[in-house]
Amino acid sequence: MPLPTEFADLTPYTDWILPTEPERYNKRLNSSMDQMQTFYDAAINRLEDAITYCDQYPINDLPDPARELMHLMQSLIMVSFPVEVWKQPRVPDSGAAYLNITTEPVI
Amino acid sequence: MAHFAKPSAGSWTQQYPELGTSPVDYNDSIDPAFYEKERAAIFKRTWLNVGRIEQLPRTGSYFTKELPSAGTSLVIVKGGDGAVRAFHNVCRHRGNKLVWNDYPAEETAGSCRQFICKYHAWRYDLTGKLTFVQQEEEFFDLDKADYGLKDVACDSWEGFIFINLDPQETLTEYLGEMAKSLAGYPFGKMTEVYRYKAEVGANWKLFIDAFAEFYHAPVLHQKQAVKDEADKLLTYGYEALHYDLSTSPHSMISSWGGMSPPKDPSMVKPIERILRSGLFGPWDKPAIDGLDAASLPPGLNPARHRAWGSDSFEFFPNFTLLIWEPGWYLTYHYWPTAVDKHIFEGTLYFVPPTNARERLAQELAAVTFKEYALQDANTLEATQTMIATRTVTKFPLNDQEILLRHLHKVVGDRVQEYSDATAH
Ligand code: FES
Ligand SMILES: [Fe+2]
Repeated sequence: MPLPTEFADLTPYTDWILPTEPERYNKRLNSSMDQMQTFYDAAINRLEDAITYCDQYPINDLPDPARELMHLMQSLIMVSFPVEVWKQPRVPDSGAAYLNITTEPVI
Repeated sequence: MAHFAKPSAGSWTQQYPELGTSPVDYNDSIDPAFYEKERAAIFKRTWLNVGRIEQLPRTGSYFTKELPSAGTSLVIVKGGDGAVRAFHNVCRHRGNKLVWNDYPAEETAGSCRQFICKYHAWRYDLTGKLTFVQQEEEFFDLDKADYGLKDVACDSWEGFIFINLDPQETLTEYLGEMAKSLAGYPFGKMTEVYRYKAEVGANWKLFIDAFAEFYHAPVLHQKQAVKDEADKLLTYGYEALHYDLSTSPHSMISSWGGMSPPKDPSMVKPIERILRSGLFGPWDKPAIDGLDAASLPPGLNPARHRAWGSDSFEFFPNFTLLIWEPGWYLTYHYWPTAVDKHIFEGTLYFVPPTNARERLAQELAAVTFKEYALQDANTLEATQTMIATRTVTKFPLNDQEILLRHLHKVVGDRVQEYSDATAH
């Protein structure tokens, strides 16, 4: 599925278009800091534009390209802690602890 | 270096002399025999919150709740009359678990017209009545009226569903003044839900301890703030705006909210600045009625402080309700499964977003919640292991840890009272 044409610059990161939290969290844990940093740098500069683009439509009735863009921006949020704070994919000092999402709104 | 006033007794703790100020014995968190007493004295005879009415949108909607601490599994269902009922999740024929999906030990939810046992197809209606017995003529004098599902006391407050295996008082009496002071808050409009769940290798009270004090926050979570801000927070430490234990066994703590929005945007991370959101939730209130200071119920912001940020209400024994000034709330539940283990649930409730900006602001709050909770959870397992060595048995609790002192005292008192009453 393609992103909106206005966001063609984000095409290298389409593997981050993931609708659910477990998928995004897994991808984060299985990515290197380099991969996340590159994705973050590209996506954070387009975050405002993405919001403006998606807000042309009702949030509960997004056309597919806008929905994909939202899923991509959700992944940006997912990698923001590793990139901005932790400098590693896992939460430091979180050891073997886990916290699974059992209910979430999926766009 | 007090920033916020303390009561005239000199400290929050000394305002409640029955608490004492001496170090607290944590045997109650490591002793298997004490845990068994807790189950009998508390979990089998106290009102427990098991969910919200939004989980049961229509006739026949149900969910199951595993309660190992109370020694049962329940099914909670909405009947055709609109009433919510709770039943032990056990078939009256030969005891099969009535409602489950794939894995009998896992909770499930759905919607049905009746319950049909997977074993021999006995059927029960939504009020628990036995309506069909396979090959009924083979049984001996079986009157279906005698074999309805075993029901459990069930009632609700402001949309929160509670059950009680052996009620000592009504739900309204039990929840008391603290609940009354929150009536009218627009919980029912906050239906955008993120629920997280984990098994934590620590006694249930240790996680309440972790969430009932913020003394740890500037230290354990210091890496989460930008560097300068973290240093400042560490020097300041933490002080609550207010504590109230007059509603015992329930209690509350009121906190400042300087981060939502922050005074200086450079205090927070880049993505927080763009999305105007963070740990304290979205900075901008949703556009619904009932959230401005004038219409909030009297139980919120009891100190009437202008820097108010959140109030955390501890409903005894295992239900925390945390309401944030910007108009959303969180619940925590701690379901014991053994003396050194429990299931933790954290649930975030927002007003459904009306656009992409609000949606992503909520997403950031939910993601941030998980980052913090993971640190908290792992710390607990380390604590449990070391307390269990009994190298140290008594621990000094400071004035900002008053809710912990209160929790352990109430648990101890209830266990003692129950043991005394059943000894005769
Ligand atoms: S155990 Fe349920 S029908 Fe036999
Ligand atoms: Fe914490």
